[in-house]
Amino acid sequence: MPVRLYLNNVGKSFTMHLQGGSVIPVVDKVEFSVNAGECAVLGGPSGAGKSSILKMIYGNYRCDQGQILVTIGDEIINVAGAEPRRILKLREDTIGYVSQFLRTIPRVSAEDVVAEPLVAQGTSEEEAVEKARSLLTRLNVPERLWTLPPATFSGGEQQRVNIARGFIAHYPILLLDEPTASLDAANRAVVVRLVQEKKEQGVAMVGILHDQDVREEIADRIIDVTGFAAEVAA
Amino acid sequence: MNDTAEIYDQGEYNFAYLDEQTKRMIRRAILKGIAIPGYQVPFASREMPMPYGWGTGGVQVTASILGRDDCLKMIDQGSDDTTNAVSLRGFFEKTAGIRTTYETSEATVIQTRHRIPEKTLTEDQILVFQVPIPEPLRFLEPRETETRKMHALEDYGLMHVKLYEDIAKNGHIATTYAYPVKVNDRYVMDPSPTPKFDNPKIDEMAALQLYGAGREKRIYAIPPYTRVKSLDFEDYPFEVQKFDKPCGLCGAEDVYLDEVILDDRGGRMFVCSDSDFCEERRAAGHAGPMAADPAALQIGGNTQGETA
Amino acid sequence: MSLFQADEPLLQVHNVTRYYGDRVGCADVSFDLWPGEVLAIVGESGSGKTTLLNCLSTRLAPTAGAIEYRMRDGSMRNLYQLSEAERRLLMRTDWGFVHQNAADGLRMNVSAGANVGERLMAVGDRHYGNIRSTADAWLGRVEIDSDRIDDDPRSFSGGMRQRLQIARNLVTRPRLVFMDEPTGGLDVSVQARLLDLLRRLVADLGLSVVIVTHDLAVARLLSHRIMVMRHGNVIEAGLTDQVLDDPREPYSQLLVSSILQV
Repeated sequence: MPVRLYLNNVGKSFTMHLQGGSVIPVVDKVEFSVNAGECAVLGGPSGAGKSSILKMIYGNYRCDQGQILVTIGDEIINVAGAEPRRILKLREDTIGYVSQFLRTIPRVSAEDVVAEPLVAQGTSEEEAVEKARSLLTRLNVPERLWTLPPATFSGGEQQRVNIARGFIAHYPILLLDEPTASLDAANRAVVVRLVQEKKEQGVAMVGILHDQDVREEIADRIIDVTGFAAEVAA
Repeated sequence: MNDTAEIYDQGEYNFAYLDEQTKRMIRRAILKGIAIPGYQVPFASREMPMPYGWGTGGVQVTASILGRDDCLKMIDQGSDDTTNAVSLRGFFEKTAGIRTTYETSEATVIQTRHRIPEKTLTEDQILVFQVPIPEPLRFLEPRETETRKMHALEDYGLMHVKLYEDIAKNGHIATTYAYPVKVNDRYVMDPSPTPKFDNPKIDEMAALQLYGAGREKRIYAIPPYTRVKSLDFEDYPFEVQKFDKPCGLCGAEDVYLDEVILDDRGGRMFVCSDSDFCEERRAAGHAGPMAADPAALQIGGNTQGETA
Repeated sequence: MSLFQADEPLLQVHNVTRYYGDRVGCADVSFDLWPGEVLAIVGESGSGKTTLLNCLSTRLAPTAGAIEYRMRDGSMRNLYQLSEAERRLLMRTDWGFVHQNAADGLRMNVSAGANVGERLMAVGDRHYGNIRSTADAWLGRVEIDSDRIDDDPRSFSGGMRQRLQIARNLVTRPRLVFMDEPTGGLDVSVQARLLDLLRRLVADLGLSVVIVTHDLAVARLLSHRIMVMRHGNVIEAGLTDQVLDDPREPYSQLLVSSILQV
């Protein structure tokens, strides 16, 4: 299978100007690639930089050095140096992100929140909402909630709305940031099946999964992030 | 020449009150106004021996164009014998010693406050309007710098905002006087507070129209035979007032009528606002439905003797 | 249709500088704005963001620099070389300007309907019925009841006035809208509604927006891109979530860390 994502010598640190300019190194010389249809899971303890790596791939954090190369057809794009609008375009059609936390938008219903990425890709509103409802059904979100804005939902309900939103559209690259954290067994199983379906569609995935069982079921490969630990500045 | 004019010859007053340099300045403004129909030309308005609001603008324009052979008619709300008309006529009789008249067709210069005579004017006549507020955009845009720019750029959307408001609030364009017009397809102009009934007369008028605003220091003009269009909407076209009765005294239809209260018991009648026009018709034998009414007789009177 | 596919920028800003005497208003600002893009200019009071906005919107001539805009016919024009008539036409057709204080952007003494209809009349619409129905439709889009169409904005609440101002600006389908603290001075709940409305309208109409705000939450919700200004200079710029989640400059970090967490 072709390589979809390649991180080459990626390094990142934070400079905390409000704390006397102290530099907090995060990762250094990160290098790995992910193929289409493959799910690579980042391993290592909390604070090892897993989440930062995911955010750099999504363009949410900036890289200090290195390249994050994404293959789209014949084109290779370096996220680390891309223009803001190129990154926004990548987020629209190439890189998806499933996180635990839903950033709620006032007055938008749950089904519209879920359908939105699909609409952005050009699917008709009707068809997108149809698909959103079927995903919400699979994730056991009660039908009475679909037309309500998720701001008032319980944490678990919000999380499942967000998972549905993350999985609804097709992205060649999908980033999973603890999608199953604190889900019950039934819903965990649904997420596992959704991941399997994405694999079959040839989606390259990078995930952070603390849940041992889920990790074993979906990870094709574990990438140990501790190997990329940055030297603490003297 | 009467006493006062003679006093001038002894070094007291110039002909028609204003000094010749002032008249030149005003004539230049008038010429510029004629060259740019509807454009408000600033001029150095003088203090006149009468209060603002009495027609100081019109008086300065009239004073600047009067010649010794002119015959002046002075009307106020259509009438020759109301206070304003009488006073201003007296002013020019005194300071210029010229002939005055009540008869529209006899006059060469007609100064008017808010009416245009019913009788069609000719190329040999000049109509001078007294204007209180020359800027049609003023009520919506208080800044002079801005209204000047709007005129320069033909930026006239605001005029229609005013008409829109009229329709929205009254169901029709309720502006009945000072109804804005577009002159020669270019400048939007306030035809002074004449009733909109008179707007069609402004269009393609044979006589020269001069507008003078003394307090606001503006002169503008419409040369003879200039196209003047009243602003409107496609679905609310411009219309003049319609009166459902003819003049009570002379029976004229399609003229502008004034309501006159006859007594304390609700008696009233509608009569021609243009008193000269009404008299002429009555002299020619026309009679309205109330012509025989004793009260009406008092209103109509017989003013023939006064014009002498 | 993706908003990020246009291949030519709508607005190009080159080294725009404005001095007030010896004092710097804004210095050497350059950026491109693309069709459909929302750019937030953030920074504290006095940082030069409003000066920049006024320069961009031709309300204040820059001391140096150039601003080019792609006209509806596709040609790129230097804004400060437009004639006054062209500039005015641009401002009332292809552009909008939403003021913080709605009274600055509305005619307070004419009805809501006339406020919305004014631009239409200014570009030559002369059919009362059409103007009114268009105004009515726009009032609906900004969630103002039809039965308020003949009321003066004076009788409107702050939030309604702001929504009316937005409708008044959008009626000619502008492509670029400038906003100066559009939610400033409104109650939090009113603010949320207005933000949501703006977000939808911007997305539905594919508007390009330059919005000045000191409220990072507003920037986060509405904008694609952020420029952080301080002392008249742009000190950091980038994707909105990048700048807010991973701010680099000391001042940006201070701004972000100053947000109250709810």
